[in-house]
Parts: sequence; structure tokens; C-alpha cells
Amino acid sequence: MSIRGAAAIVGYHEIPTRRNYPGRSNWSMLAEAANGAIRDAGLRKDQIDGLLCQEGFNSLTVAEYMQLSPKYTQSMTLHGATATGAVSAGAAAIAAGYADYILCVMGGTRDPEAGGQQPGGFRNPQQMSAQPRGGGGPASRGTEWESPYGPVVAANGGYGLIKQRHMYEFGTTQEQFAKCSVDQRFNALLDPNAAFSGQPITIEDVLNSRFTNDPLHLLECVMPCAGAGAWIMTSAERARALPNKPVYVLGAGGPATSHDTIFMERNVTTSPVALSAPVALRMSGYNARDMQFAEFYDCYTILVMMCLEDAGICPKGEIGPFYASTDTTYKGGFPINTNGGQISGGQPVGGGGGGIKQVIEAARQIMGRAGPRQIAKNDLCLVNG
Amino acid sequence: MAEYRKPLPRAEDYPLTEPFWEATKRHELVIPRCKRCNLYFWYPRQECPNCYQRDQWEWTPVSGRAHLHTFTVVRQPQNPAFADDVPYAYAIVQLEEGVRMISNVVGCAIPDDLKVDMPLMATFDDVTPECTLVKFKPA
Repeated sequence: MSIRGAAAIVGYHEIPTRRNYPGRSNWSMLAEAANGAIRDAGLRKDQIDGLLCQEGFNSLTVAEYMQLSPKYTQSMTLHGATATGAVSAGAAAIAAGYADYILCVMGGTRDPEAGGQQPGGFRNPQQMSAQPRGGGGPASRGTEWESPYGPVVAANGGYGLIKQRHMYEFGTTQEQFAKCSVDQRFNALLDPNAAFSGQPITIEDVLNSRFTNDPLHLLECVMPCAGAGAWIMTSAERARALPNKPVYVLGAGGPATSHDTIFMERNVTTSPVALSAPVALRMSGYNARDMQFAEFYDCYTILVMMCLEDAGICPKGEIGPFYASTDTTYKGGFPINTNGGQISGGQPVGGGGGGIKQVIEAARQIMGRAGPRQIAKNDLCLVNG
Repeated sequence: MAEYRKPLPRAEDYPLTEPFWEATKRHELVIPRCKRCNLYFWYPRQECPNCYQRDQWEWTPVSGRAHLHTFTVVRQPQNPAFADDVPYAYAIVQLEEGVRMISNVVGCAIPDDLKVDMPLMATFDDVTPECTLVKFKPA
């Protein structure tokens, strides 16, 4: 049983990622993205009969707000893997016949009062009590096993812990991590959707940026932003009748995981991509090294780099030397995050909405619509969330 | 003494984890160990996460010997109550019994003295008269 080639992305829309969109609601951002994607696919709103939404946004509420009546819907609860999880679930749902045209829509505004934190974040110590979860429930930030020890702001702490261990186990250097940021920034320079469009940086800039938490530099982290995106999935047969070049899903694996909070992961330097990538690749009939480019979720340099090696783009532990010796810009031998990803593009907040940057850029490149950033070998892309 | 404003467990409300916090008050570290598998596990659950046997584990004293699995140096805490403590070490510590937990490494220069895999020993911080946190210092 395989869904190889059964479904395709046939249209998309991305609202430029910006620090904020004052006066806009999450719902309004999602509606704008949805409308753009439906039009881009050459469809009418009443043809949409499937809806996949992000974590924290009940898809029933989204359907109601947008006056949609999907016969198949769910919200993905996968943190950063929400967007790629929607591609995986959407392709399977199309293949199973649950729906004909599935709208995937994600993103949101920022809460300016949260001071750079994501909407709904903790704002004062009283809200950050160290509560046991029903006496022995799951560990997670906010429980008695983490809160008393002073976790780092946002998700920075976990990725600092992973990066520290990766540097220790494999000798990955700060310069190699910085190269990831610099290549992605080069890619963002010509993307009008990127928050840092037109603002180049150097290796020295990354190394001289402050530690958010050692060994993580500020310029290795995403900036929480407002933004949204949407795409439409349909069957291969229906896709051929629509205006855009279909972007076929040749394989999908996961979502895979073993933990919610990082200290429960037995091997902190290996990501669940080690579980999901082999499934996706086997289904596709290709090897990792057959891929022509990659769009990999990148809240932090360590994540995109660790996941690339877990996917088999290079041997485990060698992602540092890989970056040092590879031009990963859109002009290079193996382009990665050709729109700057989220580190240079900005992270549209809201329930894993950041992953829209990767999914939409993959579709954009494969359709040949990336303008001055267009890569020449654009048939096979590995996407991770 | 200034009021302690950081998050603390409310052990008295939760019988399952209360013995852990009672032990730290005595400056003892106890960890759940399954009587069937003999495996230590962390965090405490009603059942052993290996064999799923419920209520067949017991709080077991451990040596407190550990290694620093990995760490990050906090400059910007999520919780403003920790703002005066920066920089401090937020760490994954691996006990010699195999379990890993989040804690702080104290009693050394931050960040200069911190090295991944360095040996550590449990130490007990009586943060309030009612609560003692287990932290770790270089061994």
C-alpha cells in the first residue's frame, strides 16, 4: 500500500512574514491565505471539501469562520511538524477518497503584549506554577520537573541542549552552524516574503551575535513573526486539469516522535527524522542522495542540520563538514531552504504555522515560480517538518 | 528573607510525587524503580513505562552520582522570576542509575567550568522551609 503520486499540491498562497500585522486577527490571516490559495489553484471556494488546520485551531471553528463545509477535516497537533504533517495526512486522505480538494491553512498574528513571545505564552510567574500533571502525568515545561529549574525563554533551551551535545559528540563547530545561517540569509535576500529580505549577514555577524543561551547565537534562532500560508491538495487526475504544474507527493513518512520534552529523548542528537525519512524515501523509490534540494524545518540551525543528517543527506555527525564544503544557496550544489527558511524568513507563529515556509517554497520551486531564486534542478525535493 | 517567587511543586496535593519531595527535604534522592523489571525510570508515573505494571514500583534511594549529559547557559529565562540568576546552567543530568532529569549545575563557574560528560554529585537546595530542590555540583 502506497500513496506514491496519488495526490498533488496544485496551488498556494503565502502572506509575507512580518514582525506584526497590527489590527489583524489570526482568523483573518487564515482567511486571506485560504482565499489566495483557492484562487491560485483555479478553484472556487465551494469546491473545497477538505480542511486541515494547525495546532490550537480547532478545524471546526476555522470551517465555521470561513463558511466552509468540509466532509473531511482535522487539526494537526504536531508542533513544528504540523505543516508537513498536513501534507502527509492530506495526501493519504485524497488517496483514500475522503475528500477531493483539501485546503491546508496555517499561521497567525503575534500578540504584541507578549513581548516577542508567542501568543498565549506565559507572562508572569504566577501562571508558570510547577504543577504536577495529575500526579505523575507527562513531563513538559510547566511541570514540577522543569519549571523550578528556570527553563530558557521560548524553545531556545531544548535546542541549546541538543546543540551542545552535537558539538561534543561530533565536533561540529560554531563556524559550521553559522554557515547554515549565512547561506539561508543569502536565499532570503531576494524573497519579498522573508522578514529579513535584503539584509545580508556574514559568518562573523552570526558568531558575534549574542548568545540567547550558550551555545546558541541569536542569528541561529527564528524570529517570531506574523504570517500565514495555505495550499490546496487534490488527486493526481484532478490536478492535471488545473492551471498550475502539479507538485506530486511521491512519498511521505511520519509524523514520528518519542517525546514531547527534550530530556525524555534518549538520544538528544538524533531526531525522529531517522524514523520518518526512510518511510518517505522507500515509498518514493528514491534515495536521499537523489534529492535535488531540501526544504527543512528550521526553528534553529541545529534542528535543520541534525534532521538533514538523520534523513541521510550526509552521514550521521557529518553535517558540519557538509555545510562547510557545500554551497546550500539557491545558486549552489545542494540548495537548502531556498527562501531563507524561517531563520531568515521569520517564523509565522501559531500552532506550528512556521512549517508553511518549507511546504510552500518546495511547491513554488517545483512549479518553477521562484523568480530570481529559481533553481534549475527542481524536480525532487525532500521536505521536513 | 525575601519571598521565594519561583515555581515550586505542590507536593502535598499529589500523593504520587509527594515521597520524592519529602525525601529531598531529608537531602535524599529517591527514584522510581520497578520491582518486576528492576529498571529505574523518570519521571514518576503510576505504572512502570517499560512493563506497564501499575503500583509495582518503589521509591529507591540512589547515590546521587551523575554525569552532565548536556547543558545550556541561560541568559534569558522564560520566567522573569529567574532574571537575577543569569547566567546559570540548565542541564540534562544522567544519574549513574541511568535516568535523566532536568536540573541546574551549581557550585562552579558558569559557563567556564561546564563540560559535557563531567562527573556530578547531587546537592540539595533548601529553597523554602517546605521545599528542597535537587541540584548538581561538580564531583
